[in-house]
Amino acid sequence: MTRQQSKTQGINRRQFLATTARLSCAVALAGGGIATVAKSQPLGPQAIRPPGALAEQDFLSACVRCGLCVEACPYDTLKIARWFEQAPTGTPWFEARKVPCEMCDDIPCIKACPSGALEQALTDIDQAKMGIAVLIDEKNCLNFKGLRCDVCYRVCPLIDNAITLERSRNERSGHHAMFIPVVHPDACTGCGKCEHACVLDEAAIKVLPPHIAMGKTADHDTYIDTENTTLEMLNKGFEL
Amino acid sequence: MSTAKVNKARFAEDAIRELGWWKAHRFLLLRRASQLTVLALFAIGPLWGLWLLKGNLSSSLLLDTIPMADPLVTLQLLTSGHVPEASLLIGAAVIGLFYALMGGRVFCSWVCPVNMVTDLAAYLRRRFTLPRTPELPRQLRYFMLALVLLLPVVTGVAAWEWLNPVPVLYRAVLFGAGAGLGLLVAIFLADLLLVERMWCSHLCPSGALFALLGKLSPVKMTAMNAKDCNNCMDCFVVCPERQVLKPSLKGPSPIITDSDCTQCGRCIDVCAKRVFQYKNRFTSQDKPLEKSHRIAKKAENEQ
Ligand code: SF4
Ligand code: SF4
Ligand code: SF4
Ligand code: SF4
Ligand code: SF4
Repeated sequence: MTRQQSKTQGINRRQFLATTARLSCAVALAGGGIATVAKSQPLGPQAIRPPGALAEQDFLSACVRCGLCVEACPYDTLKIARWFEQAPTGTPWFEARKVPCEMCDDIPCIKACPSGALEQALTDIDQAKMGIAVLIDEKNCLNFKGLRCDVCYRVCPLIDNAITLERSRNERSGHHAMFIPVVHPDACTGCGKCEHACVLDEAAIKVLPPHIAMGKTADHDTYIDTENTTLEMLNKGFEL
Repeated sequence: MSTAKVNKARFAEDAIRELGWWKAHRFLLLRRASQLTVLALFAIGPLWGLWLLKGNLSSSLLLDTIPMADPLVTLQLLTSGHVPEASLLIGAAVIGLFYALMGGRVFCSWVCPVNMVTDLAAYLRRRFTLPRTPELPRQLRYFMLALVLLLPVVTGVAAWEWLNPVPVLYRAVLFGAGAGLGLLVAIFLADLLLVERMWCSHLCPSGALFALLGKLSPVKMTAMNAKDCNNCMDCFVVCPERQVLKPSLKGPSPIITDSDCTQCGRCIDVCAKRVFQYKNRFTSQDKPLEKSHRIAKKAENEQ
């Protein structure tokens, strides 16, 4: 670097080191600031990522914020987060209540993603885990009132699989049945069609990011799969 | 040198008289056209469904086939430990190679939208003869570059992309993310009121990376006719990186080898004596003759 040389001619080594040290400090301070704001922007509960998105932390290190997935989405479901919206600026998300994911068979949003923030390995949209629907309000849900609204159940692309109606006795009237929508997390893709379609002013069923919708057992927990563990023990000849 | 004085009313007057108004603003206008064209090519997609270019400067797809990606954001992914899809790596290589050939900071002056904001601040500064302010060290941008590449190591996320004004401006236009414009206003005011050319010439890590990429580029601004220089200093007034000029005008080689030069061509515009030209540095080595001229010139100057 020729300029560096001509610059250092005028100043001595000590000055050079002092400047470098000062610059490093200033830049380190700036870095602390940037890191703090960048990390203090959690995904809001209602912000759902596109199908195939990596876990949030990995997603944030992978997404280059190019908007290619947004431009690829034929239903204008996805949008780019603006500053101070629910997701870190520039990253893609959607609000199911406004526009849910239509679960395209060819998943164009994933195909468009150059960074791997949306996993190319996901080719069956039914396996997507954008979020998990939770019937959050049993008080206002019309089916809980003994009515046959069923709208969320009927719009679900995985009807009778991701969401079922479970018949139970209506304790209030004593002789009517209630049909309770029940979401099955293993099958639900989090597309949000149920939340979108809910007839209430504020949806009683909401799609939440998986880490909010689901609990998590401790890794060492032996109850994770009690049934199989028991079978295994029996097969191996344990005496109970 | 003592006679050289900046007079705002007469700035580049000689060049305008000598070359005509168009020629004295040629590269400025071509650059603006280029910057706006690139932006427009991205914008007509979402606006009218004309998808020549998809995405934004961070990563894009040309005519649905050629991937292009910003090398800085790609490096950030890598330092965060994420291995991206091949298309992003190819895209970053495409762009990296292109600017390595064209002279890195060609991006800054011919493509980057932030340049329009900072040039405006510099123009107003000149127009209203705002006082020269103490300079920040220009190496600061390399510290910024190091910081931007280190942050993902520490935080695990591509933290700089939260603040990077280059994509922020693009997102504001393409996706209507208007709040980001506040950042551009801040840069404009800092350039105008705090430090001359504060953002592009001292801080921007993208500019730093492109400067490194362009080190070996064959395309260089060259003071071919340095012997004709009459020390009007107009090039020093417009040049965003004026430290690169002196070695070419007064030094042993007329080629501006310092890759801080943004190849903006404004020095060609404002020079009535037609001192500067774009040159391929490997084919323009008529040094010996030049050198004798230079020595004569030098002697002349020192009288
Ligand atoms: S699957 Fe289809 S509708 Fe859903 S986000 Fe992707 S492109 Fe949009
Ligand atoms: S296409 Fe991928 S990298 Fe680009 S914004 Fe969408 S998720 Fe992020
Ligand atoms: S989000 Fe709702 S509609 Fe979509 S799969 Fe899950 S239960 Fe069905
Ligand atoms: S220095 Fe940075 S902001 Fe300025 S023109 Fe170059 S890339 Fe753009
Ligand atoms: S030397 Fe000329 S081309 Fe290079 S930055 Fe300065 S004015 Fe622009």
